Amino acid sequence: MAIKDLTTTQARRPFQRRRKTCPFSGANAPKIDYKDVRLLSRYVSERGKIVPSRITAVSAKKQRELARAIKRARFIGIMPYAVN
Amino acid sequence: MALYEHIFLARQDVSAQQVEELTNALTEVLVQGGGKVTKNEYWGLKSLSYRIKKNRKAHYSLLNIDAPSAAVTEMERQMRINEDILRFMTVRVDELEEGPSAMMQKRDRDDRDGERGGRPDRGGDRFGGERRPRRF
Repeated sequence: MAIKDLTTTQARRPFQRRRKTCPFSGANAPKIDYKDVRLLSRYVSERGKIVPSRITAVSAKKQRELARAIKRARFIGIMPYAVN
Repeated sequence: MALYEHIFLARQDVSAQQVEELTNALTEVLVQGGGKVTKNEYWGLKSLSYRIKKNRKAHYSLLNIDAPSAAVTEMERQMRINEDILRFMTVRVDELEEGPSAMMQKRDRDDRDGERGGRPDRGGDRFGGERRPRRF
């Protein structure tokens, strides 16, 4: 999958990626809510760790909000702190 | 008065009926303190992501509260004493959301699972060996 991804981007323009935008900015962006496990679970790894914003392209402000929401969700037991 | 969202987890051994009674008791405390509960949502018995006080499951309830802080503090004090309550969290919010929360809407959304948006592809091994270069 990694190789395929690489070749397609290189075919378009070598060593340049399309600039991604923050998924929480702009019109009809989802609202970050600690109760929304489905939304939050997209931004944690398989191990349950919060994914860095440089990978998810979430803006710094929204990343802080997101991290806070994930931590709240963890506290009330609807998201894991760690997955083995 | 301030607005709060309050979630509490009750032990799995208690019945849904008892949870309701508990909710009513807590509401009563808030009302006595001059507040009110604008929404009361029972999420049911849900399994926990990790064990809390040896429990694998818990009854979840959500309360939307409009009350002075003193009333909320008093309610929390009583909750700490009650052994049926595993955990609770009160979050101050700017506005309370109307209608069912994300947790209750979940079922409807499962149907239209087409567009995911969210996270882009991340290559083969996630956090495997080598780090991918930073993107700008």
